[in-house]
Amino acid sequence: MKIHEYQAKEIFAKFGIPIPKGEVVTMPEEARKIAVRYERPVMIKAQVHVGGRGKAGGIKYCKEPDDAFFAAQEVLGMNIKGLIVKKVLVTEAITIKHEAYVGMIIDRQSKKNVVMVSPAGGIDIEQVAAETPEKILKLAADPLLGLHQYEALQLASFIYSDIKIARQAAGLIKKLYNAFVHSDASLAEINPLVLDGENNLIALDAKINLDDNALFEHPEYEELRDLDAEDPAEVEARRHDLTYVKLDGKIGCCVNGAGLAMATMDLVKHFGGEPANFLDIGGSSSPEKVVAALRIILNDPKVGVVLFNIFGGITRCDDVANGIIQAIEKLKPRVPIVVRLTGTNEDKAKGILESLQLPATNSMEEVVKLAIKEVTPLA
Amino acid sequence: MAIFVDKGTRLIVQGITGRDGSFHTRQMLDYGTKVVGGVTPGKGGTELFGVPVFDTMKEAVARTRANTSIIFVPPAFAADAIYEAAGAGVALIVCISEGVPTMDMVKVYDYLRLKKVRLIGPNCPGIISPGLAKVGILPAQIFKKGPIGVVSRSGTLTYEVVYNLTQNGLGQSTTIGIGGDPIIGTNFIDCLEAFEKDPATEGIVMIGEIGGADEEMAAEYIKKNVTKPVVGFIAGRTAPPGKRMGHAGAIISGSSGLAADKIKALNAVGIPVAEIPSEIVELIAAKLARKKTKARKKVTKLVIRKGAKKTAPAKKTGKVKVAKKSASKKKAAGKAGKRR
Repeated sequence: MKIHEYQAKEIFAKFGIPIPKGEVVTMPEEARKIAVRYERPVMIKAQVHVGGRGKAGGIKYCKEPDDAFFAAQEVLGMNIKGLIVKKVLVTEAITIKHEAYVGMIIDRQSKKNVVMVSPAGGIDIEQVAAETPEKILKLAADPLLGLHQYEALQLASFIYSDIKIARQAAGLIKKLYNAFVHSDASLAEINPLVLDGENNLIALDAKINLDDNALFEHPEYEELRDLDAEDPAEVEARRHDLTYVKLDGKIGCCVNGAGLAMATMDLVKHFGGEPANFLDIGGSSSPEKVVAALRIILNDPKVGVVLFNIFGGITRCDDVANGIIQAIEKLKPRVPIVVRLTGTNEDKAKGILESLQLPATNSMEEVVKLAIKEVTPLA
Repeated sequence: MAIFVDKGTRLIVQGITGRDGSFHTRQMLDYGTKVVGGVTPGKGGTELFGVPVFDTMKEAVARTRANTSIIFVPPAFAADAIYEAAGAGVALIVCISEGVPTMDMVKVYDYLRLKKVRLIGPNCPGIISPGLAKVGILPAQIFKKGPIGVVSRSGTLTYEVVYNLTQNGLGQSTTIGIGGDPIIGTNFIDCLEAFEKDPATEGIVMIGEIGGADEEMAAEYIKKNVTKPVVGFIAGRTAPPGKRMGHAGAIISGSSGLAADKIKALNAVGIPVAEIPSEIVELIAAKLARKKTKARKKVTKLVIRKGAKKTAPAKKTGKVKVAKKSASKKKAAGKAGKRR
């Protein structure tokens, strides 16, 4: 789960990482009031789940309170890479003597938490890695013991030659590591980490991605979810314990299992169609889930056919067939439905579906071809 | 022979009295898996389907001499269940639970590495060696004993592929679902290594998907270490970047984890990658046929030597085949011998 900069900074603050004073607003007038109260220049920063906000004009320096008003007015409602800005962070402007990068991820290859630092802060770290890899130092922390103090200092010394500042940075890196581990993040990043006029380090920006699998351990993080930033259909799907990802095509797909669902999309494309979505109805698929799934797929006006590809293992084909019957009764779909039900209880399922006379087949390829044939052109 | 699970598997079910645990205990027993016990804290002393239930793994292992465990507990308790199993001394742990926090897995992976305990999963369908043992939730009826080793990051897609293989007369030595999470205990490389050593496996099907770089690493490994024919399949060619495609590990992040890169890496080391699932059957069948005609003379001698030593314990199942093979290939053995 992605969270906003201001939310990541709130987590930083809890773990003792210095951040600039700031507040989130949704109205330009509020931005002005904050600037007046701070009695100093401020930054207006768009809060959207996308990188490159600065380049897109979503971050502005404001010398006077009036500037803050106009900047907030301009940034609020701005479209940054397809996302509309609904909130801005108003934060005190900081004197920047030096910009560095500190980040950490769970590395899939080493299966460890890897900490990365670079004296080249303020720019995209992937770019630094590609162009000047010698400017990055990486260190894998011991999974059981965590990041040692001496390792933090080693990382900090790669950025700062002054030992006093390096010690300060080492403390900060350790705090970030704690925040990273304790919030069950998959990524935590400060870019840039800034050295201000008084040689104090401060996290000018903040990024944290939380592990969806760990959200049950942190119920408080559910509030951080920005439903505006997500596709409403995906939110609805999650409510029903389904995984749905919207795509651009016309062929709606309802499949059990993530791998099979991906393979079905690929097959649609292979035979010249365009999938409308990824949808995994999961293992034990009750009829209710099937109804919810079909409703979500049909809500996409582009969909011209829905294909069911079910390989019954744990999922019972008759459950899905019952779900299809209920769904058709309730939703009265405007488009054809084609089905492939193979595996556990497939004969029962065929009996259940017989009266509907749906186009049906036993093979995954055939059902995809059927779907492409049956797809109704849009009105 | 097979890999990781066989007739010697003695299994404890962790979470045996839960909904999924009890259902699949029944299924595994019906398949002939030696389920020797179960664990549910507070239910020690009871029985389920004639299987004794214990309060702790330590007690269960001490009383049953189990060497394997399967975990059906909610994700919040999965890491703890893994530690408990490893601490009790089993050699193989299969974790079915989906939704285990990745940070938990970082620690688990390292701990098990130090303990030298194998973990399969989490978020996986488990493993089956047809005719020998099933430790998982895979639908047994689609499997058939045979020469193909199948390793996959997926569940139902694996069933689809296995179903095609079986329908076309290609049985499996072992099918293993390694799981769809970013950090899993057993990776492609572990399975490739085991399949390469396994005399019952003649060809390998590897089913990958977007996310991470395990397929690329496997390709490198195959180039250096695997002599048996391998064919691949990669799901998610049409997946958009930045979106989790159901599995926690199936995500294209930045420019990494793309299907195209994985296919390229596999092709580069001579592994054909099927465009569509049904093509896997043709590809592996063709590879096996080619290998047999090419290597018949060369390999015969080795087969007989190995066979002579190993047929004795494996007689029951492989008797007919082995006898035929040795008879027909003995003639060729002389020639091959001279050449060497």
